[in-house]
Amino acid sequence: MEVTTQVPGSQEMETIQNHFFSDLSVMLGRSMRHIFRSMDTIITVTITPIAMMLLFVYVFGGAIQTGTANYVNYVFPGIVLIAIASGISYTALRLFTDVQRGIMERFRSMPIAPSTLLWGHVLTSLVSNAISVVVIMLVALIMGFRSEASILSWLAVIGILALFTLALTWVAVIPGLTAKSTDGAAAFAYPLIFLPFISSAFVPTRSMPLVVRVFAENQPVTAIVNTLRALLSGQPVSQEIWVALVWCVGILLVAYIFAMRAYHKRVS
Amino acid sequence: MQNIAIQVKDLQKSYKKLNVLQGVHFTVEQGSIFALLGSNGAGKTTLIKILSTLLKQDGGTAIVNGFDVASKPAHVRKSLSLTGQFTAVDELLTGQENLIMIARLRHLTQPRQVADELLTRFGLTDAATRRVSTYSGGMRRRLDLAMSLVGKSPILFLDEPTTGLDPEARLEVWKVVKELADGGRTVFLTTQYLEEAEQLADHIAILHEGKIIASGTLGELQKLFPAASVEYVEKQPTLEEIFLAIIGKKEAQ
Repeated sequence: MEVTTQVPGSQEMETIQNHFFSDLSVMLGRSMRHIFRSMDTIITVTITPIAMMLLFVYVFGGAIQTGTANYVNYVFPGIVLIAIASGISYTALRLFTDVQRGIMERFRSMPIAPSTLLWGHVLTSLVSNAISVVVIMLVALIMGFRSEASILSWLAVIGILALFTLALTWVAVIPGLTAKSTDGAAAFAYPLIFLPFISSAFVPTRSMPLVVRVFAENQPVTAIVNTLRALLSGQPVSQEIWVALVWCVGILLVAYIFAMRAYHKRVS
Repeated sequence: MQNIAIQVKDLQKSYKKLNVLQGVHFTVEQGSIFALLGSNGAGKTTLIKILSTLLKQDGGTAIVNGFDVASKPAHVRKSLSLTGQFTAVDELLTGQENLIMIARLRHLTQPRQVADELLTRFGLTDAATRRVSTYSGGMRRRLDLAMSLVGKSPILFLDEPTTGLDPEARLEVWKVVKELADGGRTVFLTTQYLEEAEQLADHIAILHEGKIIASGTLGELQKLFPAASVEYVEKQPTLEEIFLAIIGKKEAQ
C-alpha cells in the first residue's frame, strides 16, 4: 500500500516527543482543577494535617518530653509526611476514576504521548503536595516553627520530600489501576498515614516498649523524620540520611516496576 | 486503495480460552456509515478496541486510514476519534473545559474557538460553564460526541452510541451521525438495535460468535430472505411514535 511510505517511523517518534510537555501540562492543569474543585481533597490533605499539628503542639505537646524546647520544630517533619501520605491517596482515587469512567481509554485512543497518562497524575501529586507542604509550613511558622537550616540543607529537605512523594505516588498508582472499588483505591493509604505515629515523628522512640521500639526504629519514617529534623535544625545529619534515601529509592523502584506492570495488564 | 477507510483481514482475538473474534473480514468505504450489528458479548467492543489501538489482536491485520493498527498505532490514533460505550467526560470540568482540553491534546491552534463552535452545534452553549456533573444523560452523551468531533478526524468510531438514551436523544445522535457522513467522514458504529442500523447505515455487517455472518447494504441483506409479500395490516402507532408525538417539540420544528 502506498500510504505506508508517507511518514517514516523516526518522524513518528519526533512528533510525539515534541508534544510530550504540552500534553503533560494539559494533564497537570486538568487534575489540579480537580483538586481545587474538591473541598474534600483540600480538607484531607491540608486542613487535617494542620489540625493535627495544632492538636499535638497545643494539647499533647506540653506533656511530651522530647528534650527539645520547641515542640513545633519537633513535630513539623512528621506532620508533613502525614500530609503527603494522605495526599497521594487522592492520586490513586483520581487514577481509578479515570480508568472507571473511560477517560483513560479516550486519552489512549488519541494521538498524545502515552507516558503522559501516568506522568500527568504523578506530576500533579508532586505539585499539589508541594503546595500543601508550603501551606502547612506557613501555619507552622505562625505557631513558632523556626529553622537554622542553610540553603544547602533546605535543598536537601526539598529533595528528600520530593523523593518521598514520588516514591509514595508510584505506590498509589498501583491501587489506582488495579482497585475494584473507590474504597479499595483509597484504603491502601491508611497504613501509610499511620506509620508516622509509630515512629520518632511525635515522641522519641526510647519511650516505647521494646517490640514497638524495634519496629519504630527500623521503619522508613523514623529515618526520614530524623534526617529532616537534623537538616531543619542546622545540625549535622547522621548516617540515617543514607537509610532514608535507600528506603525512598527502594520503594520508588519497586513501586514503579509493579505500577508499570499493572498499567500494561490494564491496557492489554 | 484511496477510497477504503478500514480494511480488516482474518482478525483474531481471544481472552484466555474464550475466542471472541475468530477470523473477521470486512472493508469500510471512505465517507460511509458502517454498522456492526451484534448481540451483547458478540465481540463488537473488542473489535472497536483493536481498531482504535486500545487492544492488540492475536492474529490477522487491520488497516485504518492506510495505517496498520499493530505497527503504526500513533498514525492510526491521528486518524480516528473514539466514542466509547460509556460516556467518557470529565465530571469535575465544565462542558467548555472538557472540549478545550481535548482540543489542546489534539494540538489545535484555537482550542477555545473550536470548543465554542461545538457547544453551539450541540445545543450546549447555555450549559457551557456548568460542571458536567450537573448535566442530564442526554447532555453528557452530546458532549461526549462533541469531544469526538474535535480535530476533525477522518474516521469516527462510535461504540453503541445510543444505548441508554431516551428516544429523543437517540434521534439527535442519529441526526449528528448522518451529518458527519454527509460531510465526508467515515463512521464505524456498533449497535444492538436493528432499527438503528437500518436508519443510519450504508453498509451493515452482522457479527455473531466471532465471525461476520452476513454483510452488505440493507437491500442486499433483504435479498437474502424470501421476497416480501403484500399484506394489509391496520397500522397502529408504535409507542415510540406516540411518545414523540406527545413530547413533540423536535418534530414541530
